[in-house]
Amino acid sequence: MSEPFVRLENVRFAYGERAILRDISLSIPRGKVVAIMGGSGCGKTTLLRLIGGQERAVGGRVVVDGQDVAGLGREALYALRRRMGMLFQFGALFTDMTVFDNVAFPLREHTDLPPELIEDLVLLKLHAVGLRGAARLMPGELSGGMARRVALARTIALDPALLMYDEPFTGLDPISLGVIGQLIRRLNDALGASSVIVTHDIQESLQIVDYIYFISEGRVVAEGAPDEIRHTKDPFVHQFVHAEADGPVPFHYPAGDYAQALTGGRA
Amino acid sequence: MGGVVRRLGAMVVNGVWQLGFAARFFWLILVYSGQSFTRLHLTIRELYFSGVLSLLIILVSGLFVGLVLGLQGYEILQRYGSTDAMGTMVALSLLRELGPVVAGLLFASRAGSAVTAEIGLMKVTEQLKAMDMMAVSPIARVVAPRFWGGVISMPLLAALFSAMGIFGGWLIGVVFIGVDDGAFWSQMQAAVDFRYDVMNGVLKSFVFGVAVALIAVFEGYDCVPTAEGVSRAITRTVVSSALAILALDFVMTSFMFRGL
Repeated sequence: MSEPFVRLENVRFAYGERAILRDISLSIPRGKVVAIMGGSGCGKTTLLRLIGGQERAVGGRVVVDGQDVAGLGREALYALRRRMGMLFQFGALFTDMTVFDNVAFPLREHTDLPPELIEDLVLLKLHAVGLRGAARLMPGELSGGMARRVALARTIALDPALLMYDEPFTGLDPISLGVIGQLIRRLNDALGASSVIVTHDIQESLQIVDYIYFISEGRVVAEGAPDEIRHTKDPFVHQFVHAEADGPVPFHYPAGDYAQALTGGRA
Repeated sequence: MGGVVRRLGAMVVNGVWQLGFAARFFWLILVYSGQSFTRLHLTIRELYFSGVLSLLIILVSGLFVGLVLGLQGYEILQRYGSTDAMGTMVALSLLRELGPVVAGLLFASRAGSAVTAEIGLMKVTEQLKAMDMMAVSPIARVVAPRFWGGVISMPLLAALFSAMGIFGGWLIGVVFIGVDDGAFWSQMQAAVDFRYDVMNGVLKSFVFGVAVALIAVFEGYDCVPTAEGVSRAITRTVVSSALAILALDFVMTSFMFRGL
């Protein structure tokens, strides 16, 4: 079996004193779509930032395509990033540029292609996400779902080997959500890329991904292929899949005894 | 008492950190400036936003400052029977002090705040992070062109402010009050030295341009990425720029114009 495109080995990360990731080991195999799931604030987005080299791990190793990200200098890191594409939660489109210029941005910055060829490539990418007709619109004129698709077209502009998605389904209507989900799967297969999706949308993810990791309190607490996840007895995954309010992830924030608090004691 | 000392200490340490960040940031801007000049259209675009769009407020303010200088100057000079020196007084006040300082203050409020808001909002909406993830340095692509746009605009705006102010002084003095036209211009020409008065004024406005542009881009880049964070950063840009301009003006004036 070939070396996975991304490998995290016993990764630890903290913002100052606050530990975010305690001991994470996982891998993203080549050509596969992997989802990383967990509640809000469990460190999912931090994982993407570690893979992209925007944060450095406190301990452990983040290896991308055989390179230890922490050991890379600025030039080498930028060279690696040219082979990555990241879709941000709300698209992060450049608001002072048209849709066309947004998608053309990475091509103009990193290639010396003639304008005619760039135009063809941009229209090709926009066509892939179904928005060739919106090329001349400004980001402010797009709906949330359309903006996400334009950002996706920009993400794949340089045909990256690794695609990272930060909460791609957040705030979308069911149709847009389905469209984005299908695009993620289709583009991954068409580009022969590897993809990692950070999300808490379990139902959509189960339909499109090859493997899922569940993270809680900075650790991988469960993992498996979608079929295994659907039938697992693991209490955390069960609570997550069935959206139960209480379980291994408690409903109540830790506090003192309730009865005592009501009868005059301090909570 | 202990708490006050601790807070004071934290404030000082924080201030020194900020200053260190700003110095490193300034160095990075200079390092990446080459890239922003090779793609000149980026800097020209910022020249338009910072310079051309500030023209109206600079010209109108310059005119009013000149009008007021004309009125006040005439009122004072006539006590000594030297209203012919009005042109000299108006020109020297504007070229040496009021042009660079007032234009700098207006520039900080109009263009500096806009630059901070724009960069801050780009940070809030993750545009800077997205750029960085696309292996494009936000300092080269976003910050450096805005910095140089400000630095180049500022001396030009200050010069236009002074020119408009002199026109305002002439309008009040010569056209409305009746000071002799020839005396107004000839006295001005005789008294104003190009290197001593004009160039020192230009140097001042250049330094103010560097200060305001640096503060504006730094505050935007360094802001807390929330609505409140951006609003605070804009306030800090205007306040810090105003203080920096006034303090630098005092220091430069004490070196430049000592009457020796």
